[in-house]
Amino acid sequence: MELKDKLISSFFAFEDQIDVNNQIHQLRTKAIKDFETIGFPNKKEEDWKYTSLNSVLKEDYSIFPKEENTIDYKDVKKYFIHDIDTYSIVFIDGIYSSHLSNTTHDKIDACLMSSALHHEKYKAVIDNYFNKIAPQDSGLNALNTAFSREGAFIYIPKNTLADRPIQILNFSTGNESALMLQPRNLIVVGENSQVQIIERHQSLTENPVLTNSVTEIYAEKRAQVDYYKIQNDKTSASLIDNTYVEQKQESFCSIHTFSFGGKLVRNNLQFFQRGERIDSTMKGITIIEGKQHVDHNTLVHHAVPNCESHQDYKGIFDDKAVGVFNGKVVVEKEAQKTNAFQSNNNILVSDKATINAKPQLEIFADDVKCSHGCTIGQLDEDAMFYLKSRGIPAKEARALLMYAFANNVLESVKIPELKKRINKLIANKLNVSLGFDL
Amino acid sequence: MNKFTEDDLREELKTKEYEYGFYTDIESDTFPVGLNEDIVRAISKKKEEPEWMTEWRLEAFRVWEQMEEPDWANVHYEKPNFQDISYYSAPNKKPKYDSIDDVDPELLDTFKRLGISLDEQKKLAGVAVDVVMDSVSVTTTFKKTLAEKGIIFCSISEAIKEHPELVKKHLGTVVPQKDNFYAALNSAVFSDGSFCYIPKGVKCPMELSTYFRINQAGTGQFERTLVVADEGSYVSYLEGCTAPSRDENQLHAAVVELIALDDAEIKYSTVQNWYPGNAEGKGGVFNFVTKRGLCEDRAKISWTQVETGSAVTWKYPSCILKGDYSIGEFYSIAVTNNYQQADTGTKMIHLGKNTKSTIISKGISAGKSQNSYRGLVQINSRAENARNFSQCDSLLMGNECGAHTFPYIETKNKSAKVEHEATTSKIGEDQIFYCNQRGIDTEKAIALIVNGFSKEVLNKLPMEFAVEAQKLLEISLEGSVG
Repeated sequence: MELKDKLISSFFAFEDQIDVNNQIHQLRTKAIKDFETIGFPNKKEEDWKYTSLNSVLKEDYSIFPKEENTIDYKDVKKYFIHDIDTYSIVFIDGIYSSHLSNTTHDKIDACLMSSALHHEKYKAVIDNYFNKIAPQDSGLNALNTAFSREGAFIYIPKNTLADRPIQILNFSTGNESALMLQPRNLIVVGENSQVQIIERHQSLTENPVLTNSVTEIYAEKRAQVDYYKIQNDKTSASLIDNTYVEQKQESFCSIHTFSFGGKLVRNNLQFFQRGERIDSTMKGITIIEGKQHVDHNTLVHHAVPNCESHQDYKGIFDDKAVGVFNGKVVVEKEAQKTNAFQSNNNILVSDKATINAKPQLEIFADDVKCSHGCTIGQLDEDAMFYLKSRGIPAKEARALLMYAFANNVLESVKIPELKKRINKLIANKLNVSLGFDL
Repeated sequence: MNKFTEDDLREELKTKEYEYGFYTDIESDTFPVGLNEDIVRAISKKKEEPEWMTEWRLEAFRVWEQMEEPDWANVHYEKPNFQDISYYSAPNKKPKYDSIDDVDPELLDTFKRLGISLDEQKKLAGVAVDVVMDSVSVTTTFKKTLAEKGIIFCSISEAIKEHPELVKKHLGTVVPQKDNFYAALNSAVFSDGSFCYIPKGVKCPMELSTYFRINQAGTGQFERTLVVADEGSYVSYLEGCTAPSRDENQLHAAVVELIALDDAEIKYSTVQNWYPGNAEGKGGVFNFVTKRGLCEDRAKISWTQVETGSAVTWKYPSCILKGDYSIGEFYSIAVTNNYQQADTGTKMIHLGKNTKSTIISKGISAGKSQNSYRGLVQINSRAENARNFSQCDSLLMGNECGAHTFPYIETKNKSAKVEHEATTSKIGEDQIFYCNQRGIDTEKAIALIVNGFSKEVLNKLPMEFAVEAQKLLEISLEGSVG
């Protein structure tokens, strides 16, 4: 049976399994209908021109996670940022793992979507924010909404500083032969509040996993949100990450995406600006090899005056890896005095690697400064020579230059321990020890 | 304070009328509207074409019937009804002209009003002109001088008759019949166009030029241009177009094929000034054009275009860099005003080693117009050391227009170097202030800035044409170019 049919026919069983009287029952029912009409995206759609889901959709995924699987903390410790205090919300095969997690309801809420959906206390938040900005015309969003049941729920009330970073970890154990996961996260950051979030997807075996995740982030007036995504999964795991951000006036939101692995990774990242003097930042480092495929699809929608957006994506591609960057900036005619910058730099290391880039501007306002730049090139031979002439072996010299190439993005990471961790990941990736710490 | 502000300019732009909107009353021979195999055959027969050509057209027509009109471009318009168009219209007194004196005086008058007085140009500029009016080539000047060098420059229907081997060998090799919807349509019904062949090692001594004009109502213009530059030759080719003001939308679907063999160089410049429709966006020409060039080893093709007219433009002059060390260039200024829409750009397909391409695109939008750049740079896996530089700048005047950039960059070779930059801005207050301060009034200041903005491209045009292009910018952005 095709995956699409399987999903649709499983839906009723799914609804029965959980509470049919739930407040989002209506939403789910509508969403499955939408999914039935829209279906999975295909290559004929302009946004999916360079990425085909066919190879990941053909597996026979099990859609319902079984009961809670347990894993020992020591086995997965390395995936946590464990050297600082954090709150953590951990899922194993899509099910909340209480013994690995460290949630809180003290001042801020960092807990589960399932409990938020069931508690009267959160009804107002769910009513106001759930499924409000995720575009309805996307089949993947509809699918996620229909099966939305678990995920992270983070609510930071007005004038509150989240005292530690929050980690969201999704493990898959491979107890199922092939597994499809659909986490649904909701993050609401109130006026003048601040939070840092780290998200990671990790499979622990070689069994295929497909994750279709939807995250909605709301930054109210003057809120500050820093969100870091680490994508360093096995080559059997695929991830479709849909993240939507709505910002109110004077808020700041940055999303960093570090894509170092996975069979197929697609990042749909969209920012909607709903107030003046907003800053939206998107940065990413992609280093992949083998037959991996990473696709960044970004959109910034400038609808009000005096806002800024910054995009900076760097990519290094080896072997037969394929990189896609499709960045779109829309400036509505009301959005005068917009500053929108976008840059995308790529290095191809092998003859078989491919880059498809499509930086796109759609501008309807005249008093704006918008620019985009896109480059594809190699490491500077002179710089290589310089390093080698000072006794640095070629491999290290190359790694150093690549590191320097990507460093721009790394610099704006605000959690030092995370920076260190990513440093290490890059060093591993380039297969050298850089011999210095940041 | 300044009397002439940007708002005034905008106002002036809105009200500026199309200068070439006259209609020449020349009797012409027009086919009934509609399109079917019979019409295709009839066109072919009318042109006294050989059997293979008729077949070639029919093949294209059959493919076209199966095709759907593309709608991916960033333009909105009411699709033309292809059965409502007459596919052949020729000035009646046609026949052949041996010298310019035989030409219908009324026709000559038309050309005078267009600013291309043929005889004058013949003397002064030394430009050989082929004029295509309502799909049929009416005059070709300087034929003899060119023939001495072995250069063939004539209408394509003449070429089909007199040089069938050349036409047969090259026609449709760069733009195949089934390339796209409009190319297929053109292949089926093209009624005339220009053909040019430069023999080995010959440097064409003068600029070759074609002038297109749609005169009749209810007709479409479908011309076909084929330029073949043999090994080591050089040619510079110019193309210009105008049409009368009409309330209906007229269709112009041309195909241009350039073939540059080893070491050859072709420079192709276009000044496109079809009727853009009136200030309310009524009427105007739909300009759906397929232009493509093929470069063999060390060959160079350079496209330069000044796009000021047409209600809707859909045009991507491309280069296929097949040979090693070949070079492709694209320089473009696209100006849109009122309700005009332009979706234009280029494709650079790098296949050979050490190929280079440069793209400079300047978009100026005013009024309620939409201006898009859409380009593709593709570096194939065997294209070692390919190099591309692209720059697209947009200038917006007023907040009712839009500028869009859709660059596609596909790279499959690690030695490739590709750069793309794009900017969008308006004329800065500080720039105008700077000029004002030095005693240059706002109108002149805007002129200066727009001129400077487009200079990079204007510089690439041949001298005679640069003057005309400047004039056209004036018409489109009256008051802004000095």
